[in-house]
Amino acid sequence: MKELKIGCGKPTGATVGEKTEKVKLPDQAQGRKEMDMSVVRVGQKAPDFEAPAYQDGKFGQVKLSDYLGKWVILCFYPGDFTFV
Amino acid sequence: MAAVASKYKDIKELGAEILSVSVDSHFVHKMWQDNELSKMVKGGVPFPMLSDGPGNIGKVYGVYDENAGVEMRGRFIIDPDGVVQAIEIMTPPVGRNVVEMVRQLQAFQHVRNTNGAEATPSGWRPGKGTLNPGPDLVGKVWEVWNVENAFD
Repeated sequence: MKELKIGCGKPTGATVGEKTEKVKLPDQAQGRKEMDMSVVRVGQKAPDFEAPAYQDGKFGQVKLSDYLGKWVILCFYPGDFTFV
Repeated sequence: MAAVASKYKDIKELGAEILSVSVDSHFVHKMWQDNELSKMVKGGVPFPMLSDGPGNIGKVYGVYDENAGVEMRGRFIIDPDGVVQAIEIMTPPVGRNVVEMVRQLQAFQHVRNTNGAEATPSGWRPGKGTLNPGPDLVGKVWEVWNVENAFD
């Protein structure tokens, strides 16, 4: 984890590295907006991202692609201090 | 997260890293660690806890609930090439099965170590028999594998 100097500003949000493809919808969907087809699927590359993180008493910046060569378990959860 | 943290040593020994993500800021992660997690598991959560305030990562991974402004309980096993091998997504009230998570990791590692020559049947765990997919196995799984093998 790259250590980050933290000031008093609002923490920046995560950035997702790879651009998601804009996919034109077929004819019957004309008139609707273009959609981001960015659904993650098994057997396909995990989209890269970089985000602020906390670990071992330090604030830092974590990038998924820094873990290439290792297995990664990515766990989302509803929120700190929730019950389950 | 405390349950995941309690199995961190085993997961680390399997050559894997855990990254947790929620919409909370890293400041809140620190408070949660100091005030609660460190009381549930010795040393607290040892892996990086990521902050995804605007839900940017969650949206791309299909776990962000726009109405609630939170991320669902999603779990992705990503291999060393960066390919997603397994996904589990649940609504908030039901917690994960960390033992099953580790079992899946071991199974995907086994398949990778054999270059895909072996497949792990239902309920497989290390030490149990695998299958060798190929022309000789077609229609013959019943000869080499029993349904009871799926259950401990």
